[in-house]
Amino acid sequence: MTTKRKTFEYAPAPESRAIVDIKSSYGLFINGEFVDGKGGSFKTISPATEEVLAEVTEATAADVDTAVRAARKAYETVWSKLPGSERAKYLYRIARIMAERSREFAVLESLDNGKPIKESRDVDLPLVAQWFFYYAGWADKLGHAGLGPDPKALGVAGQVIPWNFPIMMLAWKIAPALAAGNTVVLKPAETTPLTALLFAEVCQQAELPPGVVNIITGAGPTGQALVEHPDVDKVAFTGSTAVGKAIARSVAGTSKKVTLELGGKAANIVFDDAPLDQAIEGIVGGIFFNQGHVCCAGSRLLVQENVYDDVIERLKRRMATLRLGDPLDKNTDIGAINSAEQLARIKELSAVGDAEGAERWSAPCEIPDHGFWFAPTIFTGVTQAHRIAREEIFGPVLSVLTFRTPAEAIEKANNTPYGLSAGVWTEKGSRILSMASQLRAGVVWANTFNKFDPASPFGGYKESGYGREGGRHGLAAYLQGASA
Amino acid sequence: MAPTATASLRKTLDGLPGVDQVGLEARAAGLGTRSIKTTSKQWAIDLAISMVDLTTLEGSDTPGKVRALANKAMRPDPTDPTCPSAAAVCVYPDMVAIAKDTLGDSGLNVASVATAFPSGRASLAVKLADTRDAVAAGADEIDMVIDRGAFLSGNIDLVFDEIVATKEACARPDGSHAHLKVIFETGELQTYDNVRKASWLAMMAGADFIKTSTGKVQPAATLPVTLVMLEAVRDFRDETGRQVGVKPAGGIRTSKDAIKYLVMVNEIVGDDWLDPDWFRFGASTLLNDLLMQRQKMLTGHYSGPDYVTLD
Repeated sequence: MTTKRKTFEYAPAPESRAIVDIKSSYGLFINGEFVDGKGGSFKTISPATEEVLAEVTEATAADVDTAVRAARKAYETVWSKLPGSERAKYLYRIARIMAERSREFAVLESLDNGKPIKESRDVDLPLVAQWFFYYAGWADKLGHAGLGPDPKALGVAGQVIPWNFPIMMLAWKIAPALAAGNTVVLKPAETTPLTALLFAEVCQQAELPPGVVNIITGAGPTGQALVEHPDVDKVAFTGSTAVGKAIARSVAGTSKKVTLELGGKAANIVFDDAPLDQAIEGIVGGIFFNQGHVCCAGSRLLVQENVYDDVIERLKRRMATLRLGDPLDKNTDIGAINSAEQLARIKELSAVGDAEGAERWSAPCEIPDHGFWFAPTIFTGVTQAHRIAREEIFGPVLSVLTFRTPAEAIEKANNTPYGLSAGVWTEKGSRILSMASQLRAGVVWANTFNKFDPASPFGGYKESGYGREGGRHGLAAYLQGASA
Repeated sequence: MAPTATASLRKTLDGLPGVDQVGLEARAAGLGTRSIKTTSKQWAIDLAISMVDLTTLEGSDTPGKVRALANKAMRPDPTDPTCPSAAAVCVYPDMVAIAKDTLGDSGLNVASVATAFPSGRASLAVKLADTRDAVAAGADEIDMVIDRGAFLSGNIDLVFDEIVATKEACARPDGSHAHLKVIFETGELQTYDNVRKASWLAMMAGADFIKTSTGKVQPAATLPVTLVMLEAVRDFRDETGRQVGVKPAGGIRTSKDAIKYLVMVNEIVGDDWLDPDWFRFGASTLLNDLLMQRQKMLTGHYSGPDYVTLD
């Protein structure tokens, strides 16, 4: 009667690529149409296979200028003249199209970025549609945002976004900018330009007036030309703290408004009275979600010393069930590292962890032959004096530290140049409130981690940047007279 | 450990880590998105069939009905000898002899509900007599209910003692025991913290299996409730070395649902529980859906309800 026992192996369950039509090459999306650039081109690859997906245009300073002029013209002749209720119609239309085409975007995102399809499908794309729906609702209610009776747009926004959440970051940037009445020139990261270019088609499908959204591709110099362009009124950047500092320097002394969303080294704090099994999920989700390519990742685990052994044992057992591999497989938990460059950075900092005497443990998973991969890894025996407790690794690497009392947890959590997010795990409500009021972090999650909502502002303290995205605060970043 | 209810029992139960409802339900839902296809699906369907406790617990049960059910459990798909048999048939105590007689030496077990199933509202003497009756009639497994009223009013010693006494009543003259499954009726315990406490309480009192529900109360088995119970048996084995089985019962009707449960077993407790000795489905209509899916996998088309047998 007994079925012969063997391991429950999951057969491959790949999502079909057929839903996406990737062109062999892409121009720049300026003034409502794709145009050739004046410079060269570069290739974007799938980090899981190193297969070339498409050729993309490298925008020159002259191309950037063309794009900014198109945005300025659209601002002055069309977008700023439209009542909020009319802008809302376009935003609602974009939101609906993004929801309808979400599978197509999810597949393309996983191909170009390397993230698992279950994340692009179940997290990124739903949030994209929510962001557009949310800010569409604000477009005709700016007078009720607490920023004066009739707040005015800034003009042209230059937006530079990172490679970790390409289409989601695009939505975070474009939705509030357009709702507030600005026009935009947006540059996606050079390793992940494809979903932004597909979004350009959505702008055409939604019949958005030409020039309201312009998408230019390129690397660092293109981004620099954009943020330094004299006719840009507002700079919004998400990315590394190093680049963020350079941007802050370049706009200093100009009238440009700036919001920066930069790095982090978040503490995820587990008390001895935590709901342990859920805390383990929160630790895993906190650092291994999106291969740890998350600015608000819970990359420092602070465990109360009296439950340390139990937590580490449970964590390792859980990590051993993580499935690393083909990002398009619906059962994949851990996808590819986004680029060879990022993989090198993760390896380098992990080697520093070894050299400084921390103990490395990696989940036992098979690494594919091609592409960029790094097994989910924890370092135990880490202290505040280790570089892996201080520097952002931006990969699937967790540093584990211990604490004895709530005061020590606060002290250690705040002892970082960053201040983007933090997590607290305890069944004691009063402790949650007390911790949240003392943690110097823009977001504090209690008994959960990495939860996002368009109505909730997001942003950091200290070197994690300034300004807030999301909610009413995110709107303020794109309006005159309001401090972001 | 000695099965006596003491202050240390209460201390153990109070010392269990809490369950965060939102996080637990998110984890269960996440596991539910696993995509099980082709060869994996075939394997999982056969495993699920072999884990079914084919059940009839109705006032209208008759010897004829029970014989039909027992035959179905032995030969779920009479047209296909490769189809595994179910694990057991589950009946009321007065039907045990009929079921036992029909199953003969097939190797399938007879499970009997007992202890004033489903409410458990009777004196201990009546509950134990009920249990002894079923065991004497040949039941291989006893599915008892806990006293939910006692549990909810904080009288956990009473619940503990009743499980211990029922386990003793499972003894046969030859010194062997009928396997004891302890039903919590999680739909009445309501909170996940209660489910975790009840799981530990039952295991410490000697349960061989812990079971979600009678099938008479909604909600019956759910994925999150079963997840809590799987975590409990995992942690209990880590602590004591003794392995306890898990049986979700009631409300599992489709192959898709059954596969979600097996994914959960696989990822929470692993291979050791992927076996009818350690994981069961208490179900009736589930079996036919498994059979239809099985035929579909083998032939490439759905044959329809007329091509699977009535219970």
